[in-house]
Amino acid sequence: MTDIQALLMVVIMAGITFILRYLPFAVFPADKKTPAVITYLSNALPCAIMGMLVVYCLKDVTFFSGNHGIPEAICVILVVILHKWKHNSLLSIFVGTVVYMLLVQMVF
Amino acid sequence: METYYHKNSTKTTAKKAFINSLPVMAGYICLCIGFGVLLESNGYSFLWAILMSLTIYAGSMQYVAVDLLSGGATLIATALMTLMVNARHLFYSISMLENYKNMGKLKPLLAATLTDETYSLVCSKELLPEDIDEKKYYLFISLMNQCYWVAGSAIGGLVGAAITFNTTGIEFAMTSLFVLIFVEQWESTKSHIPAILGVVCSLGCLVVFGSGSFLIPSMICITIALLIFRKGAEKND
Repeated sequence: MTDIQALLMVVIMAGITFILRYLPFAVFPADKKTPAVITYLSNALPCAIMGMLVVYCLKDVTFFSGNHGIPEAICVILVVILHKWKHNSLLSIFVGTVVYMLLVQMVF
Repeated sequence: METYYHKNSTKTTAKKAFINSLPVMAGYICLCIGFGVLLESNGYSFLWAILMSLTIYAGSMQYVAVDLLSGGATLIATALMTLMVNARHLFYSISMLENYKNMGKLKPLLAATLTDETYSLVCSKELLPEDIDEKKYYLFISLMNQCYWVAGSAIGGLVGAAITFNTTGIEFAMTSLFVLIFVEQWESTKSHIPAILGVVCSLGCLVVFGSGSFLIPSMICITIALLIFRKGAEKND
């Protein structure tokens, strides 16, 4: 593949990604009243999509073979408890990640 | 006095944006070093990594892009793949219409930099610190996150291959980030129906469609479910 072809591919990927991100702002401009259902969705979607992203992160966990998802389960619970207790993002991420790395490298 | 106030306010806002973006910095640099190393091993130097991180700026898509570039995919296949992998960004932007309502000329820039992680930091007003200039806060968060991303890819392309310790499992930083944001949102909203619907729909779609292609069905299911349960979800707001 030539550099020009590769460059074209990057341009296409960047262009489509930008269109997907910008389209809603172009379709529903600020000066016009956004339909109530869209406002409702934009309030409710963040929680729902964050739930989806958690599932997405854990999508390749195998419950019936390998390590049965035990390290993931332990560390997700750990992060939830730690975060509810301290509300410190960096601490929750650091502890969660280090414990997970130790578990998958040394225990399971 | 006026100028002093503005200076101070910008500084405070930048500081708070920086502190709140630190988890993303950790996650991004790790994730992007991986990308840079992978791209380099396929014959594209760190300059390509920087270019892609500046223009595409979407994590999973850039990993897919390495495949597309090394496999010599057609332009049409590239376009379709981008549509599929990045369709979720439509939903992020729809849910940011309200918060980004008064952003004026910054809107295209804020839209272009609305990644999963940036979204997770700006999506709910409850997560915003007090005493900040909202507009500048959104801008700082967006730009700082992209800086980490570009820096990570450059580092990855340049020296990533030299990492010697075992990094297996480091990707759990992302999981931890999403889990803790889920906890924050859970605590700050009265109705937990949207959060529960999000998890249930995604799990259902994961079982039905498999891990490779459940994201788009999940988003459609979530949207339909949110519309069906609208009354219950809005009641407690």
